[in-house]
Amino acid sequence: MKFVIPITLVAVTVVLMALALAGVGRSVENVGIEKGSAVAGFTPRAATPEQAMSNLLLDVQRRNWDRAYDAVSKTSEVTETSFIQDWSGSNGSLRAFSALEGFDARPLHATTDEAQMRVRLHWTTPVGPLEDVRDFRLIREGDVWRAVWPKVQIASVPAQIVPVTYLRWDLVSGGTEEEWGSRNVDAPHVRIISMNAIDSAEGAIVMGEVVNEDTVPAFVNVNAVLVDGAGNPIDDENSFDKIAHVLLPKQVSAYRIDFPKLTLKNVKNVRMDAKATLIPASADPVIGVMNQKLDTDAQGKTVLHGDLLNQSGQTVNIPHVIVSFYDNNGKVVWVGDGYVDKALLAQSSEPFAVELPKSMTGKVQNFHVVVNQYSLGRS
Amino acid sequence: MRQFFSICAVITLAGVSFAQDIRVPADVTAGNDAVISTSGSGKATFYLSGPGVARKADVNLGESIPLSSKELTNAGSYLAIVCSDACHSGAFCVIPDKPASLSFLVHPSRVPVALNDAVSGIAFPFDQFHNFVLAPGTVNFQFTAGKASLLAQPVKMQNGAAWFRTTSGRSAGALQVSATLGDIMAHRVVQQVASDACNLKVEGHPSPGGVFVQTEPVHDCAGNLLPDGTVVTFSATQAHGKSTVDAPIKQGIARAQISASGPTTVSAASGVVMGNELRLEAQR
Repeated sequence: MKFVIPITLVAVTVVLMALALAGVGRSVENVGIEKGSAVAGFTPRAATPEQAMSNLLLDVQRRNWDRAYDAVSKTSEVTETSFIQDWSGSNGSLRAFSALEGFDARPLHATTDEAQMRVRLHWTTPVGPLEDVRDFRLIREGDVWRAVWPKVQIASVPAQIVPVTYLRWDLVSGGTEEEWGSRNVDAPHVRIISMNAIDSAEGAIVMGEVVNEDTVPAFVNVNAVLVDGAGNPIDDENSFDKIAHVLLPKQVSAYRIDFPKLTLKNVKNVRMDAKATLIPASADPVIGVMNQKLDTDAQGKTVLHGDLLNQSGQTVNIPHVIVSFYDNNGKVVWVGDGYVDKALLAQSSEPFAVELPKSMTGKVQNFHVVVNQYSLGRS
Repeated sequence: MRQFFSICAVITLAGVSFAQDIRVPADVTAGNDAVISTSGSGKATFYLSGPGVARKADVNLGESIPLSSKELTNAGSYLAIVCSDACHSGAFCVIPDKPASLSFLVHPSRVPVALNDAVSGIAFPFDQFHNFVLAPGTVNFQFTAGKASLLAQPVKMQNGAAWFRTTSGRSAGALQVSATLGDIMAHRVVQQVASDACNLKVEGHPSPGGVFVQTEPVHDCAGNLLPDGTVVTFSATQAHGKSTVDAPIKQGIARAQISASGPTTVSAASGVVMGNELRLEAQR
């Protein structure tokens, strides 16, 4: 009699676990893939394309690389090392500092032996949450489904010496013993050359372009204060990462200042202020922005895409693209940006894409791309 | 200056009128010794209060009280008080010594060439004790570029300051500005830099994978070469898209290799200045 209750409890637990696991398997058949699995470390058999995709991405999320690679078809032209690099990044790229937070997958089409899945990957990164959409092809091998991994293109540059002869500016700070007035070096002269304020679904946006008119590099930040009819400030914000902060002489950058949850309804005036300070800088690396084109992607969104070409000899770890979009009068109507999650190796190129909101699609006639770059170990 | 002397005169007269047992000097030049004479007899306590000094000493009435040069280095009004049965006081002024240095401020440190009223400067004389000297005088401002003297401008000081405002020169380079007052001189340097690009011209030719483009030597409208590192943005527009390169100028010329294929229109811009357009047939 004394064993009845423990035995009953164990039996009920086992039944519930079995039901839960079976439940996960059933739900994915109809509505896509849920995130996570009932038991960590337990992976249901990849009997369907959805389950195979889910298993693979969960293993990637847990950085269980061996098991994730096992879910890849052997017909794929990818080694385990390059598969891991594809997910975990390399060369100090943004991907190397990111983690896969979650994913949503939906089938595009499926036959008995082959399926196509579109996956929306949610990444957490040091520059905020990023979303990536990838299409995967899966095939049935016996009674399990596996992903066919495309060949990972790793930039291969022949060994060479790239002479760097561009200018570098160093900053010498004056000593404290100097005579008053003998060591004053002015801050760089920068100018806001355009400004436009609009309302968007997320809030008010102030954007435009700023130019470094000086002959020395400048570290630039643009601030905006929204002022009401009585002259009182409503809110103040700065351009944060929506600007190329380091501007070389005569370089132009777009800026965007977001005021979340605010509308321009009560705004009478916007006070703008471009702050510039002297910084040491280098004219290297030069990054070309090639093959820029506004296009519609597979999801029907208007996207400016192109290729960044690193024309110098050093690796750019995290390239960042900032785009000003103009209407037919040359007015800046939108400023967008996008990070490239792969490092830009010397003399190689990487694609980029920046989305244009639907409301702006008809207005945009031209655009200007500026590349901001973060390189480890450099100011 | 007049105001300062008037205040000192009023203070001195006040001292003479109401402190009959104490006689203070009229005006003392900073850094000089002085003597305060007293009348009467017996012991008394002497107090001296002024800018940067406060002293108490036991003195004998009827004797002179010496004031050392060290306690009279700061210009301004001083108060001497002698107390025995009653207190008597006298005030006197310490005036600045002759100018020993010039504080010379010139703005800006960098200026584009040929800009009206772009350079300004102001000079303030100070004595050896860092007292602001208000005495009238003439400061001679001189402007030289290289070894050539461009301008000499004598300016009378008003309320202890002399200033100038002038147009920047037409040649890029260091502009030496000096201010001279008597045998004192102060130097500053203003870097005159090239202004915006003028007649930006671009040339190029097809190259493997696209086009190679470069500017002609980039000058401003005064003929100065734009400094190295100045960014020139090259744009190559084709039927299927656009490519851009922000290339820094090196030895007066900016160069870029741009990926392109087919008929390509190349343009260049530096800051807000646009250059010419060039039509090329890029190599496919």
